[in-house]
Amino acid sequence: MSNDEFNPSRYNPDRRGFLKCMTWVGSAMVWTVTGGIPQSRIVGQADAADAGFTFAQVSDSHLGFDKPLNPNVTGTFSEALGHITSMQDKPAFLIHTGDITHLSTAEQFDTGAQLLASTRLQTFTVPGEHDILEDNGKSYLNRYGKGTKGDGWYSFNAGGVHFIGLVNVVNLQGNGLGDLGEAQLEWLEKDVKGLSASTPLVVFAHVPLWVVYQDWGWGTKDGGQALSYLKRFGSVTVLNGHIHQVMQKIEGQVAFHTARSTAFPQGVPGVAKGPGPFPVPAGELKSYLGTARISLVSTKSPLAIVDTPLAG
Amino acid sequence: MHRHFQRGVLLACLLAPAAAWSDNAEQVRIDNFKFGPTQLKVGKGTLVTWTNQDDIPHSIVITALGAHSKVMDTDQAFSFEFDKAGTYSYICGLHPFMHGQIVVN
Repeated sequence: MSNDEFNPSRYNPDRRGFLKCMTWVGSAMVWTVTGGIPQSRIVGQADAADAGFTFAQVSDSHLGFDKPLNPNVTGTFSEALGHITSMQDKPAFLIHTGDITHLSTAEQFDTGAQLLASTRLQTFTVPGEHDILEDNGKSYLNRYGKGTKGDGWYSFNAGGVHFIGLVNVVNLQGNGLGDLGEAQLEWLEKDVKGLSASTPLVVFAHVPLWVVYQDWGWGTKDGGQALSYLKRFGSVTVLNGHIHQVMQKIEGQVAFHTARSTAFPQGVPGVAKGPGPFPVPAGELKSYLGTARISLVSTKSPLAIVDTPLAG
Repeated sequence: MHRHFQRGVLLACLLAPAAAWSDNAEQVRIDNFKFGPTQLKVGKGTLVTWTNQDDIPHSIVITALGAHSKVMDTDQAFSFEFDKAGTYSYICGLHPFMHGQIVVN
């Protein structure tokens, strides 16, 4: 193992435990990870991540959603992208972790393409289940499938990090859990085989790869299998969307993170009646929506994640 | 083509409630990620209509019959005529943790 510097027992004596942090409301969290010790701070108190390589994540723009909770999802998505492009240290690129559209219509995909292009940032995407509702996912793949394998998975290198985009929304399992499937798992195993264990990995997919809440299908059935191929790596950061709220967990060398939606929040698992759009008081919506910025802080530990709500 | 298709769905939705006038028609509501009633007993030849009352789209998948609805957004509906006796379980294709059953006598 090349991760001698990483010692999770410094905060987790049994190594099996995990650190879990959830933010539901408007406060943005800064995660800076140094030597394996994650520290969270509220944006404003923090000088944020100050490394050279930064990329941004947006998720769940649901373009086409028009219910009273947020009748202007185009506006809130546009505002979120504006936050990213006006950052002082401009991100290297943008990742959209799925549900670009609400109903996979051509108009919704067009709006998404126009807004993403307006950032002048290179954009990497993975589909959410709302992006593959028509034509067996062809409407998504025709736009974003170039150079990808299978249902749209791929990998690339940037800033010394190996990025892996996975698709786990095509064959939803009996209880609604995401699924990667054998072909993709096989590809993943081969994809990381030749990499040195000190290569930082960023894995992104729509549905959380870890099981957040089984009853609502918030997890990936064979996510554990995928993560088993990544065990030898010293730094793995997993970015997801789907659940429209920030959840973070550090387990061993793996940092899991789900992003806010730019369209509408969803309820807290185990508390809300169901997984649908979660009504929030008038005027507070933007504190539930937002973006994430991720910086490479150390090649021996997960990356630093800064979540920023649109307002609040 | 796409616009025409959308109109087709809309038309189907407008027509669907008319089925309620028939004796051989039953309704299932989709509300808060649940089918109501969860189990519905009907006679042979009944037209069952599902109506989505959630803010989120749903679809109906009746695996045993190979039936798969289009995605239904809020207030849209899907109808299926059950002409053979049997117990048919179905799920939402987008949220497969949503289960329902139609029992045809």
